[in-house]
Formats: sequence, C-alpha cells, structure tokens
Amino acid sequence: MRSKLRFVYAHYRFLILRRALQLGILLLFFGANAWGWNLLAGDLSSSRILGKVPLADPLAVLQLLLAGGVLAGEVLVGALLVLIAYALIGRAFCAWVCPVNLITDLAEWTRKLLGFREPPLMYLNRKLRYVVLAMVLVLSLALSLPVFEFVSPISAAARGVAFGMGMGWALLLAIFLFDLFVVRHGYCGHICPLGAFYSLISRFRRVRVRHVKDNCTLCGLCFNACPEPHVLSLVGKHDGTVNIPECTNCFRCVEVCDDDALFVSLSGGWSK
Amino acid sequence: MAEVDETRRRMIFRTLQGVTLTAVGGAFWAGFVHENAQAELVLRPPGALPEDEFLATCIRCGLCVNDCPYDTLKLGAYGDNVPVGTPFFEPRKVPCYLCEDIPCAAACPTGALDLLSLTDEEGELDVSKSRMGVAVVDYNNCIASRGLRCDACVRACPYIGDAIFVDTRRNPRTGKHAMLVPVVDADYCTGCGLCEHACVTEEPTIIVLPREVALGKAGEHYDLPSPDFTPEVPENEI
Repeated sequence: MRSKLRFVYAHYRFLILRRALQLGILLLFFGANAWGWNLLAGDLSSSRILGKVPLADPLAVLQLLLAGGVLAGEVLVGALLVLIAYALIGRAFCAWVCPVNLITDLAEWTRKLLGFREPPLMYLNRKLRYVVLAMVLVLSLALSLPVFEFVSPISAAARGVAFGMGMGWALLLAIFLFDLFVVRHGYCGHICPLGAFYSLISRFRRVRVRHVKDNCTLCGLCFNACPEPHVLSLVGKHDGTVNIPECTNCFRCVEVCDDDALFVSLSGGWSK
Repeated sequence: MAEVDETRRRMIFRTLQGVTLTAVGGAFWAGFVHENAQAELVLRPPGALPEDEFLATCIRCGLCVNDCPYDTLKLGAYGDNVPVGTPFFEPRKVPCYLCEDIPCAAACPTGALDLLSLTDEEGELDVSKSRMGVAVVDYNNCIASRGLRCDACVRACPYIGDAIFVDTRRNPRTGKHAMLVPVVDADYCTGCGLCEHACVTEEPTIIVLPREVALGKAGEHYDLPSPDFTPEVPENEI
C-alpha cells in the first residue's frame, strides 16, 4: 500500500493536482451560478474572487480593446493580474486551468489506449498558432468584434459548464475527434491562439523544467508524455532549463522520468 | 530562356500557400462571426450599451447572470441564435423585474452594462431609465381590442399610466360597452416584458422588441412637440 502510494506520488502528483485545479475551477464557476457561491464567480473570460479581486483573460481584453470597446478599469486590472501571473509561471494556463486540456488529454490517452501510430492526416506547422493569433488581432480590429470569443472552445467549455452548454458540446467533440484522428496534439499544440499568446509572454517565466544530462538514459518517456515535445530539445544533449516558450509547465516529463534527469526549477533555485 | 531560380520559386509558392490559407480561413471566420453578431431580436439587460458597442465591450463572463435574482438573464449558447456568450432574456419565459439596486448592471466588470446611464441627477440608481426594448401590441389579436374585458398587460406594468395605459373606446358592435385598448408610450416603456409575460393570449399579443427594431425616426428637419398619448380620464377609471 505504501509503495503504491509512493508510486502514485512519484508518477502522478502533478497530474492529480492539475486535474483537481481544472475541475475545481469549473465546479466553482458552476456553483457560483447555480447556488450563489462567491469564492470564484464568472467564467474564464472574466471572474471575481470573493466578489472583490477581478481576473480577466488578457487576450479577450485585448480583442475588445482592438474592437473599440471602452472598458471599465476593473476588467483592465483583472487582465493585468492574470498577465503578470502567467509571465511569472509561464504558459501554465493550458495545463493547469484550461478545460479543453481535459478533452485533448483524453484524446491523447485514447490514442495511446488504442495504439494509434498512424502519421497525421494532415501536416500542421506548430507555428500556425501564431498566424491564428495574428488573425485574431487583425479580424477583431477589422470587424470591431472580439472574433476569438465567438469561436473559442475554451470559453465555450467553461461557460457551458457554468451557464449552459447549448450546442457547444459539438465544438468540443470536434476538437476531441480532431486530436484523436487527424493531428496528434492538434488543437492545443498547433492552432490555439490563447496558447500562442501565453507562449509569447512565457519567455520571462520564473518556473522552468530543468534537465540534468548525466542522469538521462535516453529512454524517451518524457518525449512520449510531452504535448509539445520540441521544447525538450535539450534532453540527452546538455544540462539546462527548458526555455522554449511553448512549454506548458505541466511537469508530466518530470513525473514520468525514472532517472532523476528532469526537475522543476524555481527562478534558478532547485526543488523536486 | 532565363535560368529558373528554384529556391526563389519555392519560397514564393510557399508564401502564396500561406497567404491563401490565411485569407480563406479568415474569410470563413469573419463570415461566421459577422452572422453570429447579427441577431437583431435579442433583448439585453438594463443599462446595456447600443448593440454594436455592447458586442465590443461585453467580455461574456456571466457575472450579470450570476447576480440576477430571478434567473431572468441567460448567457447565449451555441444554438440560441444570440451572439455567443452574451447575456439576454426572453420576457415570455421570465421578464425583468426591474430590481431597484440593478444587481446585473452593478456586477458588470467592463461597463457593457452602463450603471451611469441608470443613475439620476442626484446620483441615485433609477431603474426606470432602462431602455431594454419597447412593448408592441398586436391589436388584431389582442382580446381587449376585440371587446373582452382584459387589462392584464396594463396591470402588470410597473409604470402603469406612463408606459402603458387603457384607452377606453366605445364598442361599436354592442353599442353600449367600452373597449379597454392598451396603448404603449415608448418614451416611458423600459422593455422589462412584464406585460408580455402577463398577456393571456395563446401567443402573446403584446411583445417586447429591441428599440432599434421597433422604433422609427422622424428626422431632424421635423420640429414637432413630443406626442401626448395619455387620454383625459378621471382618476378612478385606471
């Protein structure tokens, strides 16, 4: 029993924490609308902690500003708080908060369960997301509308849980099937403009994955677990931190590594 | 024939591929967003900015919906024919009960629901300044204007006598009864929809429409006084 717990801790501690946080946030949003809870009310576009501290999606705010919206100070403060948080902890939104990550990870899990090893049905460049992000900004300005908010599966999922899904499930199912059958890590790893946005500000992050080359046995478990494997380009080559911006700090690589070759590193300091 | 620079040719071709994909994708995307934003019959919460400004200001957080005590407000989901994620209400299901503290507008973090537009000169909140829509009567099917003694919509109105009143007319069919015809004054109607909710007919014969849909405009060159619809009636008759 003890060894089983130790195994779970060693291999799943971050995964369990991530799922708890992702589902917990959705539960709080749902409870706020259904039962009047006050801890975290709203949705992932904008919310309030205890009715006081504002939080807002900085990309949604940017779209509204480009669309010509004259925004009240509260939502600007909320966006700034979130922007600073993710500048410090990197693109952690995608792995720790975003409900679409539950869906795309389920697709990846199903893929592995069924043993799909087919090449992708179409080639997508991982830089495509930056083109999509540019389109979001240009189209928001051109149409005077926040264009990603009309199609965002992230908003659709969080809002759907809290306020009613409507036909939003079809969008989420489409993403699941796209990731499962068309392109592995297709949506989050290639298309999502919010992930691209957080990647851009993650350059200054104080939390990074650290690699110790001498402990690495080149087993490849980290590459297999990573949703953005190109960020692990240093593994087996040299010591250092993962500096490529698309790392989501999900720490799956850290927990699947059996050889003490990957760690979580806080602003240069060490911790396991 | 000039020598062909293969690298240059390939680069130009790749660029054109990218540009085409972006343009086609962008056109579909813009088309979808434009269509989704065109829902003309949507009723917004109190204090909402004009629709085009509203869509560029509302962040779709649902805090107004959370704070609505009557579950009047809903957030548009895909399939609702409402710009997705934005708050709206359907008065035939649940009307706006015009809370005096206007919790929905007070909850708005962006100013898409403008509390200032609902504040009087003394700085007090005044929900009667809401202009969510305007009630419109279908006189051909309204049973009161066909001679039955119904004043459900008039009695339901929180601004009875101003926003809606009974216009008593002689019933020419019987020759000795009155008809209690409801008349709406758009200058006072908030569009709360309590009348539409109260209407007894199978399909409501008084419905709330967005003001920009229902109301016309005379033009600046007409210099006319405001109309006064209110008929001269003794106090005890309303």
